[in-house]
Amino acid sequence: MSEFRPHAQGAARPALAIRDLTVDFQRRSGALRTVDKVSLDVWPKEIVGVIGESGSGKTMTALSAMRLLPHGARIGGAIALGGRDLVDIGESEMRALRGDRIALIPQDAMQSLNPTMRVGRQVGEPYEFHRKQSYGAIWSKVVELLRAVKIADPETRARDYPHQFSGGMQQRAMIAMGLALDPELIIADEPTTALDVTVQARILKLLRDIRDERGSAILFITHELGIVAELCDWVYVMKDGKVVEDGPVKRIFEAPKADYTRMLLEATPSIHRRKGAKR
Amino acid sequence: MSEPVVRIENVSKVFRQGGLFNRAPGFKAVSNVSLNLAKNRTLGIVGESGSGKSTLLRMVLRLIQPSEGRILVNGAEIWSLRGGELKALRRQVQPIFQNPASSFNPRQTIRAILSAPLEVHGIGSVAERRERITTLLRRVGLDPAIENRLPHQLSGGQKQRIAIARAVILGPSVVLADEPTSALDVSVQAQVLKLFADIKYDFGLTTIFVSHNLAVIREVSDEVAVMRRGEVVEQGEADRIFEDPQHDYTRELLAAVPSPAFMARA
Repeated sequence: MSEFRPHAQGAARPALAIRDLTVDFQRRSGALRTVDKVSLDVWPKEIVGVIGESGSGKTMTALSAMRLLPHGARIGGAIALGGRDLVDIGESEMRALRGDRIALIPQDAMQSLNPTMRVGRQVGEPYEFHRKQSYGAIWSKVVELLRAVKIADPETRARDYPHQFSGGMQQRAMIAMGLALDPELIIADEPTTALDVTVQARILKLLRDIRDERGSAILFITHELGIVAELCDWVYVMKDGKVVEDGPVKRIFEAPKADYTRMLLEATPSIHRRKGAKR
Repeated sequence: MSEPVVRIENVSKVFRQGGLFNRAPGFKAVSNVSLNLAKNRTLGIVGESGSGKSTLLRMVLRLIQPSEGRILVNGAEIWSLRGGELKALRRQVQPIFQNPASSFNPRQTIRAILSAPLEVHGIGSVAERRERITTLLRRVGLDPAIENRLPHQLSGGQKQRIAIARAVILGPSVVLADEPTSALDVSVQAQVLKLFADIKYDFGLTTIFVSHNLAVIREVSDEVAVMRRGEVVEQGEADRIFEDPQHDYTRELLAAVPSPAFMARA
């Protein structure tokens, strides 16, 4: 059961440790379990992928770690961020962690940005909220962050409104916001699904650079095997609320153990080959 | 080589911008595109958002009129057709759209949805139509009892099977599909693509398949056209395009697809 996990070597404890996580929703017909005893680790500087189809519970798992589950969700099990429990702490304590030590990059940046606020102001919000710094100090950090996510001419673009940004730039702005306070864990929930492939390739490279340069651990939620293969070190495969297998990316692709993983690999079309769908 | 089933000749589409008093130059969504498609072949059109691939497809569907150029289906220029000839063209060319949820009337049963094309074209008696619907539902891998359901009661994959059934129920020669699987999970996508290929073969269809997903395009296409900003930058046999791309943009697109080297051997 113990496959070699390079990022676990020499690290005291995982950046994120989830144990026997359950998420239930109360329905008229009884409880609906969307996450069923999921355990996963993200080690420091590791990029961990969670892959699954719709309804697999991958997003609910990610949102649990942010404590951002929809109203009415009941959560069980344990979640620890750098050894600190996240399940039983109060909402005000959780708010102090969000954006500071753990950050979320959502799927649809346009939906997450406030259309009436300039981008720079929004990217600077973590400083405003968590550090209560002066406007001038925040502004220079915002420019620095936008430069770090490779937005050209950041001094000018920081004054733009979100609709003046392209889809890729909006997602970069969200990433900049996530990076603001150098969190130890970044959770990215399908951050490139709405983007063109060439733009996606640049965003994935940016995330890799962030890990390499800043040392953040990244939990990456996706439904695309190709992204996992290209970006992640370790992968958890989810189906119907459960983890069906986990392991190093290369092994999962070359020697999948679970039937479901094999089926997913089989079903995914590849640009490198052509299968039997054509006659 | 015989006459192409679909012939696109120097087609351009300019969308007007600005109001009554502000005559902006307009936006060229499709720019001087020429493509020919022989019988029983599948043309994959691939490009990123804004490349003009959907506009081109909608012009072949005769939903948008080209600003310049001609489109011929089975030898007839589609915008010159009137009356009975136009109705015959509508029978010959059928679409499958991206979002199955919005391409059906939510208040109609599946039977009514599938029966509508037959009624419009006055085909068969009520009993014959029912028979045809039942047979076709089986052919697309669904239980015929599904005909009493409403679209929202079906899964995404089931809806796309219905969309395929509706596309072929009139016995068309050309089916045009615009991102038909991009809203589906990969496991469902694989089943729908397989069905699409089987149906194409059984019904002897000539098809155009538009997608932003290069891997899907590779799987379904005999030939491929790569579009960028309204232009076809490269076209040719699918294997050649994927294995030996000539244009820089095609190379850039292929390089951007997240797919590791070790998947290539599978």
